[in-house]
Formats: sequence, C-alpha cells, structure tokens
Amino acid sequence: MTLLSIRDLSVSIHGAPVLHRVSFDIEPGEVVGVVGESGSGKSMTALSVMRLLPRGAAATGQVLLDGEDLSARTEPGMCALRGDRLGMVFQEPMTALNPLRSIGAQVAEVIARHRPGVDADRLAAEALARAGLPAAQFPLTRHPHDLSGGQRQRVVIAMATALRPRLVIADEPTTALDVTTQARILDLLRGLAAEDGAGLMMITHDLAVVAGIADRVVIMKDGAVVETGETATLFRRMRHPYTRALFAASTHRPARHGRAPGAEVAALDAVVREHPLPRRSLWGARPSFRAVDRVSLAVRSGENVGLVGESGCGKSTLARALLALEPLQGGAVRIMGRDFAAPGAPVIRRDVQAVFQDPYGSFNPRWRVADLVAEPFHLMRPRPTPRDARRKVEEMLEAVGLSAGDATRFPHEFSGGQRQRIAIARALITAPKLVVLDEAVSALDVSVRARILDLLADLSDRLDVSYLFVSHDLHVVRAITDRVLVMQAGEIVEEGATETLFSDPRHPYTKALLAATPDLEAALIAREAAQTAPGA
Amino acid sequence: MTLYLLRRAMVLALTMVAATIAIFVMLEVVPGDPAVSMMGVNATEDAVQALRVELGLTADPLTRYVDWIWGMLHGDFGISYTYRTPVSELIGERIWISLPLTLMALALSTLIAIPAGVLAASRRGTGTDMSVMGATQVGVAVPNFWFAMLLVLLFSTVLRWTSAGGFPGWDAGVGPALGALALPSIALALPQAAILTRVMRSALLDTLNEDYIRTARAKGLSERQALWRHGFRNALIPVLTIIGMQFSFLLAGAIIIENVFFLPGLGRLVFQGIVQRDLIVVKSVVVLLVFAVVVVTLAVDLAYAAVDPRLREGRS
Amino acid sequence: MRRLPLALWVGGALTLLFFGLAALSVVWTPFDVTKLIVSSRLKPPGAPYLFGTDHFGRDVFSMVMVGARTSIMVAVVAVAIGMTVGVPLGLWAAARRGGWLDEAIMRLNDLIFAFPSLLLAILITATFGPGAVNAIIAIGIFNIPVFARLTRAGALPLWTRDFVLAARVSGKGAGRISAEHILPNLSSLLIVQGTIQFSLAILAEAGLSYVGLGAQPPIPSWGRMLNEAQTMIYVAPWFAIFPGIAIVLTVLGLNLLGDGLRDLTDPKLRRAR
Repeated sequence: MTLLSIRDLSVSIHGAPVLHRVSFDIEPGEVVGVVGESGSGKSMTALSVMRLLPRGAAATGQVLLDGEDLSARTEPGMCALRGDRLGMVFQEPMTALNPLRSIGAQVAEVIARHRPGVDADRLAAEALARAGLPAAQFPLTRHPHDLSGGQRQRVVIAMATALRPRLVIADEPTTALDVTTQARILDLLRGLAAEDGAGLMMITHDLAVVAGIADRVVIMKDGAVVETGETATLFRRMRHPYTRALFAASTHRPARHGRAPGAEVAALDAVVREHPLPRRSLWGARPSFRAVDRVSLAVRSGENVGLVGESGCGKSTLARALLALEPLQGGAVRIMGRDFAAPGAPVIRRDVQAVFQDPYGSFNPRWRVADLVAEPFHLMRPRPTPRDARRKVEEMLEAVGLSAGDATRFPHEFSGGQRQRIAIARALITAPKLVVLDEAVSALDVSVRARILDLLADLSDRLDVSYLFVSHDLHVVRAITDRVLVMQAGEIVEEGATETLFSDPRHPYTKALLAATPDLEAALIAREAAQTAPGA
Repeated sequence: MTLYLLRRAMVLALTMVAATIAIFVMLEVVPGDPAVSMMGVNATEDAVQALRVELGLTADPLTRYVDWIWGMLHGDFGISYTYRTPVSELIGERIWISLPLTLMALALSTLIAIPAGVLAASRRGTGTDMSVMGATQVGVAVPNFWFAMLLVLLFSTVLRWTSAGGFPGWDAGVGPALGALALPSIALALPQAAILTRVMRSALLDTLNEDYIRTARAKGLSERQALWRHGFRNALIPVLTIIGMQFSFLLAGAIIIENVFFLPGLGRLVFQGIVQRDLIVVKSVVVLLVFAVVVVTLAVDLAYAAVDPRLREGRS
Repeated sequence: MRRLPLALWVGGALTLLFFGLAALSVVWTPFDVTKLIVSSRLKPPGAPYLFGTDHFGRDVFSMVMVGARTSIMVAVVAVAIGMTVGVPLGLWAAARRGGWLDEAIMRLNDLIFAFPSLLLAILITATFGPGAVNAIIAIGIFNIPVFARLTRAGALPLWTRDFVLAARVSGKGAGRISAEHILPNLSSLLIVQGTIQFSLAILAEAGLSYVGLGAQPPIPSWGRMLNEAQTMIYVAPWFAIFPGIAIVLTVLGLNLLGDGLRDLTDPKLRRAR
C-alpha cells in the first residue's frame, strides 16, 4: 500500500493559483526529495499534506495517506493525525521553539496530546536522546535560548518523530544550518526514518543534498511537477529542459581568464577584534569574546581571494574590519599601502567597496536606483557633477546587465538577482581596487546565482578589480577564487591556491568541511555504484 | 536573575534620587524665596524672616535637600503651612482613599481587558471582534471624569441606586467604604480597560504569527489550544509593560476623579495646596506618587523575570 | 486609486470638522462667549441656542467651538515639543547604541516617565502658576520620552540593515545616515504616533482644565466647562453632555485617522487586524 499518494492537487490562495495538479507518491521507508527554486510550490505541497494552509486557501484533488483520503477528515481529525502519524520539521530552527518553555515540556506536549495517561516526560527524554540530545547533557529543563541552531533543530526533530509517525515531512530543514551541522542533521533524519520504517519527504533547493539522501526525486517549477524519477536515473537522463537548466546551474563554473597577480591591494596584519559580553557578575572584569584572533591576510591585484568558514567563525567580522566599519583592538589594515582605520578617510574608502548578502535589505526602499548606485560618489573629491554622475550610473547599470532606464525605478520593482546586480553596480561605481563580497550570492536561487557568478567573474577580469569573497558555500568559492583561506573560531587554519586546497586539504577542519559538503557528482556516482554492486 | 533585578533596582533608585532633586529644585529653588511666595507680596520683612526660620530656609540648598530626604526616610514630611499639622498625618488619612481606588481600578481594568482581548483575538474578523474593537475605540476616547459625571447622573439621579458621592471612612466598615469607591473605580477602570483590551488583542495576534505557533499546530494542537498554550503567555510580556504604565495613569486619574465624587483623597489635598501655595504639602504628595510609580515599575520588572526565562540568566 | 480604509474617511471627517470649527471660531461664533446675558441663563437646547446656555447665559455651542480652539492649540504645540525634542534624541541614542549617551537618554526617559503628566503639570503650576502655557509645557515634556523611545526602538533595527552598512562604506557618518536613511523610513511610524499623541494631549488638556490647572478664565476650555457643569448637572445636564461629546468625537476622530494612516502606510507587511 502506497504510504502517501498526492493526486492532482491544485491549491489557490485568495483566487491566485499556487499549485497546479501536483501528483506524486511516497512508499513506506522511501526518501523522496522535492526540489525546486523559490516560488516552485514545494512548501505549499507540504502544508497541503498537513492541511496547514494559510487563510484564504482553497484546495482540490486528493491526498491519500495509507489509502485514506485526508480531505474527508474534519479539522479535529487532522489534529489527531498531526504529530502522531504525520510529523513535520520546518526551516528556521531559531524561531521554531517557544522561547518561554523548556524543551522537555515542548516535546512532552506532543506525546501527552496523542497518548494521554502515558509517562510523557520519560518518553520525551527518549525522543530527545534518539535525536542526539541525551538527557545527561541536555536536561529536560533546558530552554531554547541555551541551544545552538543545530541543537534546536534536533529538538524539533524529536518532537516530530517522538510518536514514530508514518510520514515525516522536512521542509528545508538544514538550509539555515552550517554545512557540518547539515550533514549530521540529514544523517539523523535519514536514520530515524529508516529505523521507524517511515517515509521521508525531503524538501530542498539543493540538488547535491537531494542526490545524497533521496531515493526518488520530484522536480517542481511554478507550482507544477516537471519531472520525477529515481534519483540517479533522473539526473543521468534529464528529460525536461528545466531539470537540465537546474543541473547546469548547480554545477556551473564561470569562465575566467587568469590574470597575473600584481601588487598588494589590501592587507590585514595580525588583526584582533573583541566584543564585550554582558556582565555575569558585579565583580571582576567584564568578559569579552574574541571574534578575530590575530588574523593576517593579503589580496593582490589580479587575484580573487576566498574566505570560508561556518557561521560564528568571524569571517563577517573580518570583512567589516577590512572595510574599517569596526574599531580594532589590535593589528592594522592597509589598503593600497595606506593605513586604514575606522572611520576611514574618503580617499582610501573609494578603493574598497562591498556587496552584502541580503538583496532585500541592501537598499533604502524610499530611494531610487540612481541615487542608490550613486551613493559612493560621496567619497569622490571633487564630487562629480550631477550630469556626470547620472552618466556613470547609467553606464554601470548597463555593465551589470540592466538597462539605463532602470535608474528611475525603485528597488522593490526588481527581483532578488536584479537587486544584487544593482548592488554590484553600486560597489563598482568608484572604480575600487577591491570589492568585499559578504555572502553575496547565498540568498539567491541556484539558476540566478550562476548568472551572477558569471557577471562577477567577467567584471573582475574586465575592470581589473580583486574580490575578497566571503562565504560558507564551498562550491561557490571554488568557482570564482584563485586563493582561499579557511577560518575557524577567529583564526585562519589553512590557506592556499583554491584548486590545491580543495583537492588536497591538509588541516583536519578543512577536511571535515569538505567531507560534509554535499557534492552532486560524487553523490550520483556513489548511488550508481551502490545500485550496480551485488546485494544492493 | 538576581543581577538583572539588582541592576533594575539600582536604576530605579537613581531615578528616585533624580526625581527628588527635580522636585526640590522646582519647588524650593526656582520660586526664589519660598517664604516670600507663601506669604505673599504684601507681607512684612519680619514676618517673612520668621517664616524662613520656621521652615528651616536659612541653610544652604544642599543641606536643606539632605535634611528633607533624611526626614522623609524617617516618615517626617514636614509641617503643612496651611493646616499647621504634620503632612504625614494629612497624607496618611487621604492615601487610604487614593491608593485603594487606584488599585481597585487597576484590578478591574485588568480583569475586564484580558478576557476581552483574548476573545477578540481568537475570533478575529468576526462580529464579536468588530464589536469589541468598536467599543474599545469609543472607550479610549472618553475622558474618565466625564464618564464619572455621567455615571453619577445615571445612578444617583435617575436610578437612585447610590449616593452622589462622599466617603464614609474606613471606620464605618469595609463594606460601605468599598461601596463608596465602587462607582469611582468603575469610572476610572473602563477607559483604561479599553486601552488594555486593544493591547492584549494586538499582542496576541502578533504572537500568532510566530513560527512556534506553526510548530504547535504541526504537533496536533488545534488553533484554540495553540493560542492558549503558546500564544497567551508570550503575549503577556508586552501587556505587563502596559499594566505597569497604567498604574501611573490611574493614579493621576484617581486624583482627578475624586473631584467628581467628593472623595477626600490626595487630589483635594494637593490642588488646594497649589492654590494656597502650601509647597510643603505639594512636595510631599508629588514625591510619594512618584515613589509609588517607581515601585510598581520594579514590580513589573520582577514579573518579567518570572515569566521570561531568558531574563533569569542575566541576558538582557 | 487604492480603496482607502474606512477608518481614514471617518476619522478624517471628524478631525476636519473640529479643526474647521476651531478655525471658524477665530472669526465667528453664533453668539459672543464673552457676553454674560443673565436673562438667558440655563436655557435647554433649542432654537436659537443649539446646545442650550450655561448659568451665565452663554451659548454652549459657541463655547464648544472656542474650546475646540484651546484644546487643539495646546495639543498641537505640546506634540510639536515632544516631537522636535524627542525624535532627535531617539535618533541620537540609536546611533550611539550601547554607549553612555544611549544610557543617559534612556535614564532621562525613565525619569520623565516616573511623573505622569498630571504630576508634571502639578509641579509646573505649583512653581509658575496655572495657565494654558504651563499645561502645554507639562504635556510637551511628557511627550518627549514617548517620541524618544519610539524613535529609538524604530531606528535600532534599521541600523543593522545592509543599506546602512552600504552608506557607511560610502563614508557617511552617523548624523547624515540618521537624516538621509533612518528618519525617512520612520516617517510613517512617527505620523501615526503623532496622531495618537495628539488625541492623548487633548484628553490630558481636558483633565488639567477640569481641575483648574489648564487654561484660565476667560479663555474657554472644554475641561473647565465640565467642571462648572458638574454643580448644575441636575438642572442643566446639556452643559455637561455636549462638551464631553465634543471631546469624545475629537479624540475618536484622531484615533481613527491614526489607525487609517497606519493601515495605509503598512499594507502588505501587516496581516489584517
């Protein structure tokens, strides 16, 4: 009996269609990956199964769980299923738990709701231990704010699997987590599902993750299913053009012309940055946290340098130190040979600019594109005349793939990828020697990301500008940099030429990072090998 | 937790000190010579000097300030110029009207507003919700003393259920005393309840959009259960802030409303003190009221720490 | 043209009505409120006295019109004081977040908040004597921490946004960033709160006048009218009812206007309230 059967599911919200005749199956014990970019409808599909759609949603079609049509169930009937036979894990672990209640209480709640009379606390402790949080280190009285993102996600997983559900739905469960944590959480999910004989619906935008974990894949675009099939077969055959485009974008490497490294453009010399922490007691010195611990690095003209590390390692702090946005407690920063310290002299600032991560927060929503891109002209002496400024802005917009007419529009009229192009235009308008890109493509969809990387590589070559590319995503860094530095807990643990470091890492942390990073090709090869091996 | 409370207590103690300095400067230093302003421009120089000596005004401001604080800490608020009795006695009689009135109004307001706000939030968009919102919209706009006048008109004149005002005194028994305060506290409480209802509703609706509510639903809780078990306690935090602020507004309102009901509370005392230039009385009443507000603020901080585990461990 | 919220229409209409009456009262009222015509005292509502007369024979409707002028003027100046001092303080505190200046401004706010505006008015009138100007100062001072706290709370999350970082990378200092980036993004918040503080100021002025600390005779004021009406409430209830209704409608109108403005300026981000 098929565990989950979705047949011709169509959903509209306030009349606007969001899902169109979605159909696929999940067998017991099977892991099905649902893949798509933002707006593809994958989360809506999951919410439809759980019947947790937002207000104003109307659904037609069937969702069959173990043969039973769920649309015939009343709301109390669905409540009885949720948490018991259907478990769901969401994307944002930091906000998924009630901050005012202990983790034990929150896990026990799902047990007590469906199994009244049973010793909920004992079962809650067991569920948490199964999820990797044994009671000895993580007593039930702990509160969420004491836990890291990965630990909080384990609590959510414990809640979702405490009653051994038939189907676990995981909606981008690891997107907000570090790559090493991600690997462990994915293993946990897969292990629990296998142990319970449950089906796992794994929703993600990351093809490499899906290739590693899913037996079958469902590809969605614009609210409809585009292609489904067994994982290795699907990616080898790739019948639908969208699948091919997605695959190509995931493995894309921009073309680059090597340039000869020249003079030093920027350097950090044993830089130290400390934050004071809130006081724990009235006596004694205030504790502080060393975010950057005597780091030195140099970027030369003609080369792009990558800075990788997981969240909290200090790479963003380092990037801000390079931009003289923060006071330093030790060491020095040099740009084009000149000392650069907060608040930063304009004549030096114009040589180092930045592109940030959030395409939606990068712009003042009330300013027009022309003023946004022209803002760095504040650093020029003498200031360009309004006509000159306007002309340069339009040239730059064309150079990043937009049109001159876009200058009079507002940021909210553009998509995420287009906004990053505007951000790049703003960063390059003063013809800097160095651009710091802090997770600049991390918030973009995979196909958009590929095009932005192409743009960045092209601009770097043409305009002879160097990049410091800060990211947690190893694939992206590999695609665009010549040298890379690996950062952990405020220190640089390894550095070297990109290809060398990736193919032959030395430091154990680098090795761990690379091992944990999902790789699409490697996963497909492993899958095929497992299929052809005897006894598979 | 102790560190958090200690820090808050220190801040509030400092506020109290700053407030007393402000009061002292305003009422003793600014008017120039308080003795002159108390006696009027036509008094003789001898009379004014005698008053100065009597009031202890011959010392320098700093000494006077310290003496004043020291006295208050020992319960000595000075001698009223108009009544020639210790101010502590005057205040002592009247505070037992103003303070219970304020507290009754606070309790009533909270008891009405919290269920009303929860009801409106849980029935968002329905007729119930609209009626609550409409009623509170009007309630917020009504001046409490006018409302009190209308209540008096209705209950004393038209219905003849209660007397038109006055206070029998606590000696007459707790029952009649509370009865005399009933109508005034209703008049005070209802406009404030309107504000608090809106705050409760809005805070609850805000928490309903949080991710942990979605998690609760995914565990099999119904909308109602998720609202009560996860939304309510979290929504109480902003509501607590407003309740704390309400105390100071209610205190001010109580003072005004005493006028409508002829209650011999702090209101009459301080307003007559202003008219008669009895600055000693005015100083004392103001300090006491500020102190009450500060104490309530500290109580609210204590309540925060009890509700929110994040505060108990010294994080802010 | 988007459908404007109903609250905006009703609130706007009420507000315009009272502002209009107040403005009109400068040049014309049905009857002269300074003339005491004892023969016309305590007449109930009816032609020609729309709201009846008081114990001095003055037309209540005319007095309500002039009282509107008093209330609105006090409220306008008081809120203006609160905004012009409070908003820059809040911006400054947010720009120097965590520093001693931030702490100092927050402590100053705490100090003023410890005094309900009535107490401030008591202090000021006890020192300087009662009057409309002192009522304005008292209400104005109370409004300063309201706007400072609101501005600071609104500005703090903006400072961590990437567009502020980008402005800093462009070499702009805290003052320029506060003016060019932070303040414009707070404008709708401030306008909405301003309307609400305005309505609160009208209530506060009424309360102060009622106890005699506000505008003094012969300047008419709704609060003082209610005080005088209190003793005659059994013989001339109209004198107590109409000024009260005027207060309620003005405050209601302003609150609805504020709600309507809030719905207008924060559309998709806010779920339906």
